[in-house]
Amino acid sequence: MHTKTNILSLPEEELVYPGNRACAGCALGIAYRIGLKALGKNTIIVVPPSCLTVLQGLYPIAATKLPCLNVTFASTAAAATGLLGALKARNRKGINVVGWAGDGGTSDIGLQSLSGACERGDNFLFVCYDNEGYMNTGVQRSGTTPIGALTANTPIKGKLQRKKDVPAIMSAHRIPYVATCSAAYPLDLYDKIKKALTYEGVKYIHIHTPCPPGWGFEPRYAVKIGKLAVETGLYELYEVENSNVRLTGASEKLMEKRRLLPARDYFRAQGRFAILTDSQIEQQQQEVNARWEAYFNTTEDPDEDTPD
Amino acid sequence: MQIIESGNVAAALGVKLSRAQVIAAYPITPQTPLTEKLSEIIEAGDMTAEYIPVESEHSALAICIAASSAGARSFTATSANGLLYMHEQLHWASGARLPIVMCVVNRGVGAPWTVWNDHQDSMSQRDTGWIQIYANDHQQIIDSVIKAFALAEEVMIPVMVCYDGYLLSHTYMPFDIPEATLTDSFLPPYRPAYCLDPDEPANLNTVTLSDVRTDINGVKAHGYMEIRHLLQQDMLASMDAIERVDSRFKNIFGRGGSPFIESYRSDDARFIAVGIGSLSYHLRDVVDDLRDEGISVGVMSMQLYRPFPYQAVAKALKDCQGVIVFEKALSYGYQGPVCSDIKSALYHYVGPEGSRPFVLNYILGLGGREILTKDLYEGLKLSCTTKPSSPDKPRWIGLKL
Repeated sequence: MHTKTNILSLPEEELVYPGNRACAGCALGIAYRIGLKALGKNTIIVVPPSCLTVLQGLYPIAATKLPCLNVTFASTAAAATGLLGALKARNRKGINVVGWAGDGGTSDIGLQSLSGACERGDNFLFVCYDNEGYMNTGVQRSGTTPIGALTANTPIKGKLQRKKDVPAIMSAHRIPYVATCSAAYPLDLYDKIKKALTYEGVKYIHIHTPCPPGWGFEPRYAVKIGKLAVETGLYELYEVENSNVRLTGASEKLMEKRRLLPARDYFRAQGRFAILTDSQIEQQQQEVNARWEAYFNTTEDPDEDTPD
Repeated sequence: MQIIESGNVAAALGVKLSRAQVIAAYPITPQTPLTEKLSEIIEAGDMTAEYIPVESEHSALAICIAASSAGARSFTATSANGLLYMHEQLHWASGARLPIVMCVVNRGVGAPWTVWNDHQDSMSQRDTGWIQIYANDHQQIIDSVIKAFALAEEVMIPVMVCYDGYLLSHTYMPFDIPEATLTDSFLPPYRPAYCLDPDEPANLNTVTLSDVRTDINGVKAHGYMEIRHLLQQDMLASMDAIERVDSRFKNIFGRGGSPFIESYRSDDARFIAVGIGSLSYHLRDVVDDLRDEGISVGVMSMQLYRPFPYQAVAKALKDCQGVIVFEKALSYGYQGPVCSDIKSALYHYVGPEGSRPFVLNYILGLGGREILTKDLYEGLKLSCTTKPSSPDKPRWIGLKL
């Protein structure tokens, strides 16, 4: 177990320039900034079309102080493999290769090449920042858009299907390390990236990334919304290390405390869930309760431990 | 050393001699024996390269794009729908100015499925910004692969080496394997001006605006259109590089000398038949027969299709009476693409009596339809002996409606 990083032990050097082109309140800005601190300078990043392409800036100006290869939408993981091949051929050792894609570039169009790389066991880190839709193109639904969310192409009824569980798909590949994170908990993200880099093979980190314009909340609430997703139990922070699953960070604490905030608090804080009825929210609450009941059953009830 | 082997093995040996460092490929008929041979050579330890068995052609070219961006000599090969699946990556590789070399083992495209030879796959990719070389025999395949790496790395434009599926890929012919010490001096290791490196970070293929823009030091940087214009200029200028590479190769290995077109019995010919790949050799046999009958006819094969060697083509054809273009590809709704390009190249050349050669188009051999010598003979003889009618409409050979 690594010692937990705190705000004082975080590296001071910034690898993302301030004043980049992300929207106000973009949680990707937090995740990317802290993520690159964890990766360090000896890193090459692969980026498919996504909000990150925009954040990076417009030629000839770039916001990232790392070498970065922009690639076609479907090919992030394959390009990462190509970089590894070239680095090996040129005998360059100790360079982190990282694919950093959005949820569309991971769960939809990028899934085939990612699955191929997992099966081959190529040695790179793949980060998916999940803002739950095609935000860069104007907020269309993606595979990871949650059920009930209004998007530009689910404008009246909201999305009718469930969110695709990408970390589970990745775990099914038996890769050595899968972790979920939230941009609202950047130090947890930092530590998980650090840990991921200690493994050989494809490592996968999935970051829940609140999006003010896409989700319908004020820019100042990005962290608050991110924390609500975790504290309501709707989004769990966990690690899968060599197929062993374990709740981590804020979710682990939630399990210990056995107190979830109402799911309603999360849904009602965002414009995209405006059409959810009370009974639909209640149904989602029941699902969260059932899922967390299983987690609670794996631990002792703190209330029962308390002596009278 | 002379050996007798298949065209696919000739290509694989060319890649081995070129010391490609990263090879990614997805199996598709009739390319498979080429990449199987490469994996065998690498697994046996006879070649040091990363062989990456990918899950799609799209990923195969993604790997070459990234590996090339990180400074490695990269190779892939495909056919037919595999090439079409790479389509956006083809544009990406040329736009990013990466010297990737790819063999295209020509095959017809679906639907309906066909696995047999025609040229629709590579011809339909002519506008992707890749240099396209066509080989007529096994010797040209191995030589072209080696020359392609030298050319690509000189002009920083990717190169396709195309050859006929089955007719060349699966047939056995004698050919010479160049000496490795000589190919090493002909093709030194790849040393790019820039490659991705944490010690010298750069952001490649960034979003680029319509207009030019200054960098942080106030220096003007190109906009999208300038970058594309330079690709066009460099593509046209690459014809000089193609001649240089070819002549350098000829000086060392004694083969080559006709990198744009190959002419056969054409010097005095009143009519010239045009073909690509193995078809051009087939046409030579037919021309020999017609010559015996006193018909003044020759053959021109297109060795290079993009950049289009318009000056060499016009020079070879402008003074004859008729050009008959035999094609295994079609731009649906018009005619064969080579026919259109040849007409375009001849447009500025008007003879003393205000006339140009007529240009006729025959479509044949699609999806591997057998090309009978008898049919070529009759089509060519008819074209040389009767006044052509509706020349813009391609005629079909071997059609059985």
